[in-house]
Amino acid sequence: MIEVKDVYFTYLSGVQALKGVSLAIRNGEFVAIMGQNGAGKTTLVKQFNGLLKPTKGSVLIDGVNTRDISVARLARKVGFVFQNPDHQLFSETVEEEIAFALKNFGFKENIIKRRVSWALNLLGLTEYRQASPFMLSGGERKRVALASVLAWNPKIIILDEPTIGQDHQQKENLRQFIVQLNAQGKTVVIVTHDVEFVAECSPRVVLMADGQIVADGDAKRILTDPNITLKASIVMPQITQIFYGLADLGLPTDVIDVSEARKVLLDYWEEAKAKH
Amino acid sequence: MSVFEGFRFRHVTSPIHRLDPRVKFFYVIVSFVVAVLFNQLLPLLVLFFVQIPFVLAAGVVREWLRSLRGAVFLVTVIFVFNFVFNYLYKTYTGWALVEFSLAMALRFLVLVESFSIFFLTTSPDHLSLALEQSHVPFEFTFAFTTAVRFVPVLAEEAQTIMDAQKARGLELERGNFLKRVRNYIPILIPLIVSAIRRSLELAEAMESRAWGASPKRTNLYVLKMKKGDFALITISAIFLIVGVYIYLYHFGSIPTLAHLLSR
Repeated sequence: MIEVKDVYFTYLSGVQALKGVSLAIRNGEFVAIMGQNGAGKTTLVKQFNGLLKPTKGSVLIDGVNTRDISVARLARKVGFVFQNPDHQLFSETVEEEIAFALKNFGFKENIIKRRVSWALNLLGLTEYRQASPFMLSGGERKRVALASVLAWNPKIIILDEPTIGQDHQQKENLRQFIVQLNAQGKTVVIVTHDVEFVAECSPRVVLMADGQIVADGDAKRILTDPNITLKASIVMPQITQIFYGLADLGLPTDVIDVSEARKVLLDYWEEAKAKH
Repeated sequence: MSVFEGFRFRHVTSPIHRLDPRVKFFYVIVSFVVAVLFNQLLPLLVLFFVQIPFVLAAGVVREWLRSLRGAVFLVTVIFVFNFVFNYLYKTYTGWALVEFSLAMALRFLVLVESFSIFFLTTSPDHLSLALEQSHVPFEFTFAFTTAVRFVPVLAEEAQTIMDAQKARGLELERGNFLKRVRNYIPILIPLIVSAIRRSLELAEAMESRAWGASPKRTNLYVLKMKKGDFALITISAIFLIVGVYIYLYHFGSIPTLAHLLSR
């Protein structure tokens, strides 16, 4: 459980990035933190594993204040996958890269071996076991970074901008993967401004603007509310925009999902046919 | 990384910012030379305080203090080393030992101080202009200003990498000295790789914008010396002459602080 209590945060440069944020994320929830660049999304999630400590207020992870525990200890519980994999890859082989964190956490040799194989398999990287991470493509590097975090099986997983630079197929794989993790009872927090991706995942959405939370609720409610989306300067999903354009026909406007849209339209079609 | 903060230029204007960078550089060199000439506490104290009006006039007190704070660690190291080794070799004893070690530490602080003033009040553009007009080949000028410009970018990147590795359980402060040095490998490798990658990208961007197409470049802005510049040159020159004069003729008779205080 992540509890954020009236947190303020100011960077050394004087920029105030969080202005009184309160938020509770229960175990096993799937949350997308959205908002414009500079809204404070990344600053907020960096509080979750103690990389940043609140200037005012407090952050509790399972009841433990992040001020009282080291990042390395918190990391066992909170896995954080950074936006750019190039900021963390340094080993000679993919295998060693994934084992790095496990060694830091003091896992036993035979367990490390097993976990590495498990993580490689999970992300379809087994064939690259002995390859250099620097020789892989962008999408593969991103998967190595993800595997290197998932390997120690953290309870809470934070993904910072996971969809950037990924093609459609990779995004779809990622989506299924996240849903699967969540189904296994993991708390998943993603930071993104990819509205379409969020619409397809349909998690709880926390919308931020200018260092504050401006809306919090399920994706369907938040992403189809024109006032809220305007306030946070994000655009509605394309499906929703179509349904706003068709509102004259008496169709609902709170549709974000492709299959739901199909169903609504088919029903309308059948009804219209029956009338004639 | 806070030591880099002191070298990051911010766009503000003040009489100091408007000075010709060549003149300011001359002033930095003068304070550098004078600081190296003396190893007594008293002249170094004078040198330290003489620069404070510049900081005030430029309105960069906060940034300047930050860079000094960043230097505190090295200053302490210098003090401790001088203290220990001069104690072991018995070159100085008692108060003289303390005073000498303090002077050595302060000398470093004076160097940081003057360079920090220079970089805080000189925009990278101005700097490259100054170098170009001093007939430094543009390749070198460009390499230099690029290096200066990328210091804060690199510092920020190092911070991100450190965060990413900490999130994977890396504890920089753990283990003995050798282990601690090795702890930095996961930070240095991504930093170096991305610096190389960035430099290649920069080279491509430059070539696609016709870098080096015409051998003789012209500039929209041309540096011209003004009244203030001549004033600073004069002050710096006087400072240098007085410093050298004292060094040559009165070096042995500079009183120690302990001596002054006990009188």
